[in-house]
Amino acid sequence: MGTGFVSVAYVLASVLFILSLGGLSHQESARRGNLFGIAGIVIAVGATIAGVNIGIGGISTIVLALVIGSIAGLFLANKVEMTQMPQLVALLHSFVGLAAVLVGFSGHLEPLIATSGAEHSIKMVEIFLGIFIGAITFTGSLIACGKLEGLVSSSALTLPGRHAMNLVALGLVVALGAWFLETGSLSALIIMTCVASVLGIHLILAIGGADMPVVVSMLNSYSGWAAASIGFMLGNDLLIVTGALVGSSGAILSYIMCRAMNRSFMSVILGGFGQTSGGSGAAVVDTDMTVQESSIEEVCEELASAQSVIIVPGYGMAVAQAQSAVGEITKLLRDRGIMVRFGIHPVAGRLPGHMNVLLAEAKVPYDIVLEMDELNDDFPTTDVVLVIGANDTVNPSAMDDPNSPIAGMPVLEVWKAAQVVILKRGMASGYAGVDNPLFFKDNSRMLFGDAKDSVDKLLGGLRAV
Amino acid sequence: MMKLGVPKEVFPDEKRVAATPASVLKLIKLGYEVAVESCAGMAAHYDDQAYTDVGASVLTETETLWRQSDFILKVRAPMTHPGLGVHEVDLMKQGAYIASYIWPAENSELLEQFSSKEATVFAIDSLPRISRAQKMDALSAMANISGYRAVIEAASYFGRFFTGQVTAAGKVPPAKIMVIGAGVAGLAAVGTANSMGAIVRAFDTRLEVKEQVESMGAQFLELDFSDEDGGGGGGYAKQMSDEFIAAEMALFAEQAKEVDIIITTALIPGRPAPKLITEAMVQSMKPGSVIVDLASERGGNCELTEPGNVVERHGVTLIGYTDLPSRMAKVSSDLYGSNLVHLLSDLTPDKDGNPHVDMEDVVIRGVTVVNGKKVTWPPPKVEVSAAPSSAAAKEAIEAPAVKEPTFLDKWLGKSALLAFTLAVLIGIGGYAPESFLSHFTVFVLACFIGYQVVWNVTASLHTPLMSVTNAISGIIVIGAILHLIAAENGTVGVMSFAAVLIATINIAGGFRVTHRMLKMFRK
Repeated sequence: MGTGFVSVAYVLASVLFILSLGGLSHQESARRGNLFGIAGIVIAVGATIAGVNIGIGGISTIVLALVIGSIAGLFLANKVEMTQMPQLVALLHSFVGLAAVLVGFSGHLEPLIATSGAEHSIKMVEIFLGIFIGAITFTGSLIACGKLEGLVSSSALTLPGRHAMNLVALGLVVALGAWFLETGSLSALIIMTCVASVLGIHLILAIGGADMPVVVSMLNSYSGWAAASIGFMLGNDLLIVTGALVGSSGAILSYIMCRAMNRSFMSVILGGFGQTSGGSGAAVVDTDMTVQESSIEEVCEELASAQSVIIVPGYGMAVAQAQSAVGEITKLLRDRGIMVRFGIHPVAGRLPGHMNVLLAEAKVPYDIVLEMDELNDDFPTTDVVLVIGANDTVNPSAMDDPNSPIAGMPVLEVWKAAQVVILKRGMASGYAGVDNPLFFKDNSRMLFGDAKDSVDKLLGGLRAV
Repeated sequence: MMKLGVPKEVFPDEKRVAATPASVLKLIKLGYEVAVESCAGMAAHYDDQAYTDVGASVLTETETLWRQSDFILKVRAPMTHPGLGVHEVDLMKQGAYIASYIWPAENSELLEQFSSKEATVFAIDSLPRISRAQKMDALSAMANISGYRAVIEAASYFGRFFTGQVTAAGKVPPAKIMVIGAGVAGLAAVGTANSMGAIVRAFDTRLEVKEQVESMGAQFLELDFSDEDGGGGGGYAKQMSDEFIAAEMALFAEQAKEVDIIITTALIPGRPAPKLITEAMVQSMKPGSVIVDLASERGGNCELTEPGNVVERHGVTLIGYTDLPSRMAKVSSDLYGSNLVHLLSDLTPDKDGNPHVDMEDVVIRGVTVVNGKKVTWPPPKVEVSAAPSSAAAKEAIEAPAVKEPTFLDKWLGKSALLAFTLAVLIGIGGYAPESFLSHFTVFVLACFIGYQVVWNVTASLHTPLMSVTNAISGIIVIGAILHLIAAENGTVGVMSFAAVLIATINIAGGFRVTHRMLKMFRK
């Protein structure tokens, strides 16, 4: 097959990838979008193999790698629980990073296209950048995966002088880059890879658990840029296009997540949130206030006699795996003609859209799962709000108290409803380390206990009512 | 473990009971043993069986109940038992506890009697008005009921609809209601009347309640006295100046001619109820109008009110009931019962059925009027925590303004970014070879397409978006394949083989898991 056909196939694949992302604009077209993506990859890989002259031996090696990879991938994807989705996504990012590093080294050792002069220097820069980004993505994603899985402590690691250490590492990378450009030395490349790997580990270790949505989307973005720089190295437009698509997608997601927390991207990346901010906002809650406890029976009664109910899930629901019981409760209430809706804060969970996936798994219809902005005006006309394992995303001090560390963060205004029931394990403060005045409001009731346990009991109680 | 006793109320026509089956259950959970006098809850529609069912014992003998109980729960302050001819305090066990309405300001004699019994007395009516005590605030709970019932009583004596109607037979105007005093009872009355369709106006000397009145759907009647606010601390009103009172009376006189129903709830702590509605005003009202005087127990806000009775004067019905909560015995017993449960759960933090009177705690301090032999009333003054100091509020409003970046800062930042981008572009254009530029063009365009496309992705599909972009970023497999094909060096071969393998894991895994997720999204 001629190069012309390969190029056409690549164009086709690029278009299919764009359509694939475009399909995700709505649930109905989303599945078609996924098929477009698969078609794109198959066409691209097929055209690549067909486009070069190789013997049966070469083909079989490639097919072997493809088959093993596919089996491993499918196995992984079939086995994963929906609550483990953040870990899986992070792990997959690390694979892209590792692949970028490997291809980058291959490209340096055995360039596919001979270059000279300015073109050669540019290519050296591309190799260097590709490996650098790839290495950071690889180790960073592994750490993110470990944090999400609970293998690595999810609290932010704040070493003294960590900013200085990062800066030194960056300076070192730049120096190594100059060395590499000058001599093309392999050792420069290897040392840089080590430095970048350590940098990746340290960067992600310094970021706390609830900033994970930003971290994962940022790593998603990096994996795209890594692919794009490899594309530059190989002079392959398809890789460039795909890398750019993925890179900008991840960047936009990071931006959306940061905006939802009212924090700048830099402050998230630099990490250490939650540790430094205790002093100023600690006095939010009047010591004179106590919470009012509720019981399963009371909550059942309130739910059964409500006309409109909003459920606000958070990471606690995912941890307790309470989503299917929540789905059952939703169905039960809806069958009785009660309007039930879900309010999802953009950073609820550990992955953008995490709650939506969990609720979809629990067979909650997606048209009652609404975003914060769609729902915030409706709280005053709502009878009961159930807050399941969410804390900072429903904290009124974000709006009321300018001294609070989370001041200005958009939150779900649940306290405007007639009654708020908060399912919570204990009185611990949320990730941001901020007390939540919501618990002390007159219309708030606490239902202490494990979320799964409480929701199951509620379900039982509601069936009996 | 203490024995709680719930006697039957002996005040004439008192239908409430201090504990309901639901509250008894919670009291037992706090570690107490509960005994209820036979027929204590009958008037509130809780029969003896309901109490036995939740684990209380029912006693028929009044004396036995009083004698054996370590802790009495009551509604009305103890009084002479009409059946036995003995004062209830005399029936009490030496050193027992009691929680009830006491009205210590007016009943100093009763306090003496208690102290001779070495009793510990919790006067539910002398709770400090702070947010933590709200769950035990029986006064508010009962006032809420009174406000509601006042409107219902007014409606039953009022010969017209509340809501305006246009019927085939002709037009009916809506009822106009004025509520004086916007405390808990006043606000409840406003809300009830408004929901029944009446036009409601409300007056209060405390300007701070204007917003609350309006939120309940009434018009707030205001006097032009900008510098005088009637807030007397603790959420109560204070005595106003003579000029203010004159203006206020003029307003009432004017309103009386216009409105159909007046509900008065004005009280000043420690004084008789202020007389706000004069005989002349009653005369000026339309025949068939109704006045409900919620202050009648303290002498009434209207000159003509007869406490406890309904009378008709100058064609206007004057309702002076003093037992409105008791007229809704079920709900008032439920609420009062849970007020007491909250009090007892604060008294028994260990849930061991033994009350612990912690006089350091402002709520317990306030509510305890007799502690053993000592009369501990009145308590030291408590500051209301709900009202923030105005200085702090001001600071809070001003603080965010400081952080706003100036116009110059924004402009500088933006132009620096623009200059940097331009410099980079010129640099690339000047030095980079042709082949790189064409790839660069593709790259920039793809970034823009990605930007446009991804903004359209719905937020609920952000996780599938990540997994699908993950899968397609496995396109790096192409680079790996090309290297694997061309590999001459063994290391490169192994590395590119590994790269093909893991990139394929990504592709297969990413698409598969996206498919699994998308399959779950359904309407």
